[in-house]
Amino acid sequence: MSFISSDMRILESGAPEVPLADKWATHKADLRVVSPANKRKLDIIVVGTGLAGASAAASLAELGYNVKAFCYQDSPRRAHSISAQGGINAAKNYQNDNDSVFRLFYDTIKGGDFRAREASVYRLAEISPNIIDQCVAQGVPFGREYGGLLANRSFGGAQVSRTFFARGQTGQQLLLGAYQALNRQIAAKRVKMFSRHEMLDLVIIDGKARGIITRDLVTGEIMRFGAHSVVIATGGYGNVFYLSTNAMGSNGSAVWQCYKKGAYFANPCFVQIHPTCIPVHGEQQSKLTLMSESLRNDGRVWVPKNKADAEKLRKGEITPSDIPDTDRDFYLERRYPSYGNLVPRDVASRAAKERCDAGYGVNPEGKAVFLDFKYSIESMGRGYISTRYGNLFQMYEKITDVDPYKEPMMIYPAIHYTMGGSWVDYNLMTTIPGLYSVGEANFSDHGANRLGASALMQGLADGYFILPYTIGEYLADEIQTPPTDTDSPEFENAEMTVRERIKRLFSIQGTRPVDYFHKKLGHIMWDYVGMSRNAEGLTKAISLIREIREEFWKDVRITGEEDNLNPELEKALRVADFSEMAELIATDALERKESCGGHFREESVTEEGEAKRDDLNFSSVLCWEYMGEGEKPELHREDLAFENVILSQRSYK
Amino acid sequence: MADQIFKKIYLKVWRQKNAVSKGRFEKYTVENISSGLSFLEMLDILNNQLIEENKDPIAFDHDCREGICGACSLYINGRPHGPDDEVTTCQLHMRKFNDGDTITVEPWRAGAFPVIKDLIVDRNAFEKILQAGGFISVNTGGVPDANAIPVSPDDAEEAMDAAACIGCGACVAACKNSSAMLFVSAKVSHLMKLPQGKPEAKRRVLSMMAKMDELGFGSCSNTGACEAECPKKISITNIARLNREFLKAKFSE
Repeated sequence: MSFISSDMRILESGAPEVPLADKWATHKADLRVVSPANKRKLDIIVVGTGLAGASAAASLAELGYNVKAFCYQDSPRRAHSISAQGGINAAKNYQNDNDSVFRLFYDTIKGGDFRAREASVYRLAEISPNIIDQCVAQGVPFGREYGGLLANRSFGGAQVSRTFFARGQTGQQLLLGAYQALNRQIAAKRVKMFSRHEMLDLVIIDGKARGIITRDLVTGEIMRFGAHSVVIATGGYGNVFYLSTNAMGSNGSAVWQCYKKGAYFANPCFVQIHPTCIPVHGEQQSKLTLMSESLRNDGRVWVPKNKADAEKLRKGEITPSDIPDTDRDFYLERRYPSYGNLVPRDVASRAAKERCDAGYGVNPEGKAVFLDFKYSIESMGRGYISTRYGNLFQMYEKITDVDPYKEPMMIYPAIHYTMGGSWVDYNLMTTIPGLYSVGEANFSDHGANRLGASALMQGLADGYFILPYTIGEYLADEIQTPPTDTDSPEFENAEMTVRERIKRLFSIQGTRPVDYFHKKLGHIMWDYVGMSRNAEGLTKAISLIREIREEFWKDVRITGEEDNLNPELEKALRVADFSEMAELIATDALERKESCGGHFREESVTEEGEAKRDDLNFSSVLCWEYMGEGEKPELHREDLAFENVILSQRSYK
Repeated sequence: MADQIFKKIYLKVWRQKNAVSKGRFEKYTVENISSGLSFLEMLDILNNQLIEENKDPIAFDHDCREGICGACSLYINGRPHGPDDEVTTCQLHMRKFNDGDTITVEPWRAGAFPVIKDLIVDRNAFEKILQAGGFISVNTGGVPDANAIPVSPDDAEEAMDAAACIGCGACVAACKNSSAMLFVSAKVSHLMKLPQGKPEAKRRVLSMMAKMDELGFGSCSNTGACEAECPKKISITNIARLNREFLKAKFSE
């Protein structure tokens, strides 16, 4: 470690010290269970109803707990898991290509550049087949072979076919499966659903998570909800960058509120930049659209070999079809012959940036590369492509007005997913007793880079099969605890803080809308804390972020009313949090003086320009503890021990 | 195609303070709008303009902005999701309009979808219909191996066609009777096309239909407007299937 203060804590995951393959089984056997009669006395709050939240809420309710579920959307079905396109991984080995739990585990650990916890990743791989079984039983219409059995496709970072899919709408179908399970529990009155409600603070009583404060987004009413345990399933914080593939409302505020109440934030700088998104277009764009990684199964990525051609493309003097195959640089196939176009996301993103920075970009801004289906259409026909990717091609055409069956797609990397999040132990509990974090909201299984089709797997593993078991260990001690009294001073204080924050925002009456600050923050993050980072840039970013934060609290203008539906207020509360989170991301990136996965420090590269890890000093999870406003957060860590894989320089050549 | 810049776009937008107040159209003008912008990005610009004028911005539902979450729900120039086919409002682009156009923007109009504010409606009725039976009754765990239930690819494809519904409500908004038959039929078809969904098919269809009627959606008179305006092209053959299933279930009661 670069510095070790005397207050640094070494966090332990709590996974049992038995051979890897026995850890989960051993742990499960040791976990206490709560009897059905006692489950009925226990209340659980689940915040967020995407894959992780909906699956957790439904499964916990099925077990007999009283569940209250919250989402800011008008329906749980609209959570951003719905936008996941390509697929979900599972070690089923249905293709007989020698896939196994160990291979999925290994691919995930390696794909994460050896920055994830072995025990948790192995458990994820172990559970993955059950997820597919569960989803099929729920009626998820996965793609099938002629014989009626399930079909698979390949995804980046793997040499086997283990990705299950429902056309290009896998996330949608999996979420609808979880949503249907949730609806069934709502109908059975086991779950009380609060849509259009946003969590604004966590309430802690006697050191334990005991409730939340919410705002009813329709009436503006500030409300108190108590429980025996709180589960955060609110997704990632990618929107700190303003432009990302996240939904407009996706935010990190719940995770941030928990951080401020004592839940350590782990690896905040681990942000995934997805290589295949529709490039940025003008200054008024509100969000970026992803084109599924599955497209790299059948599309070839290229830029012109000659700079002159790239320049002509940028000026619109020639079209891609004017460039003969011999003058095309299929740079992924050239640099990474064994994985080719299916290298992991961080590698593909950096390679695209490298070509564009070198002057080979193909759109007017010089920030795009081609993803070309010509070759697949020639060999397998247009029908083959349209069956597999029809909806993606349609989406591309609607947005860009270009027909990708005729011309190659233009793509460029964009912020997509955050591997960082609340630190959780092997039970998915944060550093606050009784507070759990599932899905993208926690830091767990993807290390420094998530493999494609693994987010859906993790969200559902957490919600269906891990949390319902592990939460019992904590709740077994709470069976005597009466329902939480929401008139307690702790609730009173939390509510007051929330009300004051809202009042303060309205009272500023500045000159600029929230978007202005959000965009400005996003630019700084993308320029200095984006795909390529260095100490000087990060230091500069921190001071720029502080300036924006100050400006925001002086000059933001919120119109509309406090006690009515008010999207500007919602945005302001989220952006205020983003402006604090941004600083922690930059601080973490500065602290981690190595390159790994999606975190690329220019000071730490191999001779071939690849990310160079520093295992001696950084084979650990960096965890940050909030120390109060304006104070430097305290650094703690969890050391990562690799007992089952050999740490190696990640190679996809 | 290169983007054009529209010097002026005129808007007539439905403004309504809350569920109980009376709404009205307000007129707005936005300037220098690129044809490459999405419709909602144009509204973002208008909203920031309104904030600068110290006015309440226009409230509208939106989230993923890539056509899949089903949140956006604007009735533009008399069409749900506006003048383009197979798109949600968030995927509608300004290139579908011309410089100087006047565009009318309203919320979904249906008794079962009351307005909450401006262009936002309450679609909770859809939730209630699905809660009435739009699921397969399996608990987590204890299910057979996924490949133990073979499904013919044709059935899986048909189930997927129906399951592609995003629950936006354009079908209801397009229908002169405000019928929810396309929405209900999509869920009923999705689940009954799969062997897993068959055991409770009867109970499901009866319960969902009863809930739909109870919530005040109108009857289907086969105009086909729902299919024409559905951003996901859910076919009205699903409605025929729903009717068949419903009758079968009724007669076997």
